[in-house]
Amino acid sequence: MLLGMLFAVVIALVLWIVSSYNRLVGLKNQVLNGWRQIDVQLKRRHDLIPNLVNSVRGSMDFERDTLTAVMEARAKALTATGPADAAQKEGQLTQALGRLIAVAENYPTLKSNDSVRSLMEELTGTENKVGFARQFYNDIATKFNTAQQVFPTNVFAAAFGFKPAELFEITNEAERAAPTVDLGRR
Amino acid sequence: MNLYEQQAANRRKTWLIMLAFIGFLFFLGAGFDTLYIGEAGGFVPVGSLLALTVGSVSSAISYFAGDRAVLLATAAKPVDELAAAASDEDKLKLQRLSNVVDEMAIAAGIPRPRVYVVPDADPNAFATGRGPGKSSIAVTRGLLDALDRDELQGVIAHEMSHIRNLDVRLMTIVAALVGTAALLSEWARRGMMSGGGSRRRSSRDRDGGGGGAAGLIFFAIWVIAIMIAPFVVQALAMMVSRKREYLADASGAELTRNPIGLARALEKIESAVAPTQSINRGSAHLCITDPLGRPVNLKEGFWSDLFASHPPMAARIAALKEMAFQGRT
Repeated sequence: MLLGMLFAVVIALVLWIVSSYNRLVGLKNQVLNGWRQIDVQLKRRHDLIPNLVNSVRGSMDFERDTLTAVMEARAKALTATGPADAAQKEGQLTQALGRLIAVAENYPTLKSNDSVRSLMEELTGTENKVGFARQFYNDIATKFNTAQQVFPTNVFAAAFGFKPAELFEITNEAERAAPTVDLGRR
Repeated sequence: MNLYEQQAANRRKTWLIMLAFIGFLFFLGAGFDTLYIGEAGGFVPVGSLLALTVGSVSSAISYFAGDRAVLLATAAKPVDELAAAASDEDKLKLQRLSNVVDEMAIAAGIPRPRVYVVPDADPNAFATGRGPGKSSIAVTRGLLDALDRDELQGVIAHEMSHIRNLDVRLMTIVAALVGTAALLSEWARRGMMSGGGSRRRSSRDRDGGGGGAAGLIFFAIWVIAIMIAPFVVQALAMMVSRKREYLADASGAELTRNPIGLARALEKIESAVAPTQSINRGSAHLCITDPLGRPVNLKEGFWSDLFASHPPMAARIAALKEMAFQGRT
């Protein structure tokens, strides 16, 4: 009788550990997928920039600095190694692009040019996609971390090799000060 | 209620409604068996089996064709198809719509739904389908013309939430079951009118007086049940509809992190008073605002809960503005 009860408790414990483990694995894969989504959107942004710069170059000749800053930031972002480095360099690119969008707003000739407007829309969309991909990543990573840290899952989460996922934070002080992403959303 | 509770609630409701529907099919079939084939045992329950088969096949077809039927009824066109033939000015708007849907799909972490445009000058939007990956979002031409990017984003986020919360699946199932219930009721009613009389008399002769009276009461209940079945299912669907709109507003704001965008969009949609011509009563509950402009949607209370599909616009806008205020601290 007592043995039977003990057996039942052990079975329940094992089932609970198995289901918690599987839940954590599921969340971990969602986090990885979220991270890859950010990469996909960043790649799209890199591909888009040369087109955009070429199409506004004629009309924005005297804003050469802004355009050069964008191209330089892009070149740097392409050489980024590792998440922390990438975060910093992509942050600079975001800033440069935000400035470009803001400046372009001031040029009536640019605003009336349909192909430029189309490219601007594409750029705004891409900026937003990068932003929302990060937002989704942070949401899902927070969920993953919480699932690991709550009692009683925390007792065995570390033993199975689960580590908290790193959140995507703004590493660049200047970017934090000037919310250029908001400009992009307009 | 958060997203996961809402998903769980929607799943639970889906099962409940399907169980109730199967019960209804059995009831319909049993009545048919007793009245037309005879109350004595030993017979194959032809009616029950028939009702069950016809009911499930018809519901399954409507469930899987439901979104296509709604889109067809509103004459919605895929956005890619329109963009290919559009003017430059138009192309930009369609491109913006397409981008905004992409953005919101990324924010919600679900596959991108198909995007349609309804040729109607009144601003409105709806989502339909069978859950993430198998859904469509449609907006009217008027919405594209009236809203700016932030506002459009708010509306799309609202519809994306309906898909992610599995609201669209529940509504598609309800619509399929309502259609089937109406169809079977109609058949049963016609059956009674044409051949029922003579056969009922013969069964009463066989049973004798007492059984006949009980049979008559059962028959009466059966007839009433058949008549009101479609309305009961419809009322069921409406009862949960209002809370769902508030929730979709809230989780939409969670996606954009910008409740004011949707609040402004709702203000603009409300100020366009004309009813949306191309969206009929059957798909009204799917829309972001009541396309029929019924006065019942302006009030709160029991009666409105039963018959209105949307909460009052002023209350929704106020709730969104409050969210924006809290976010600013």
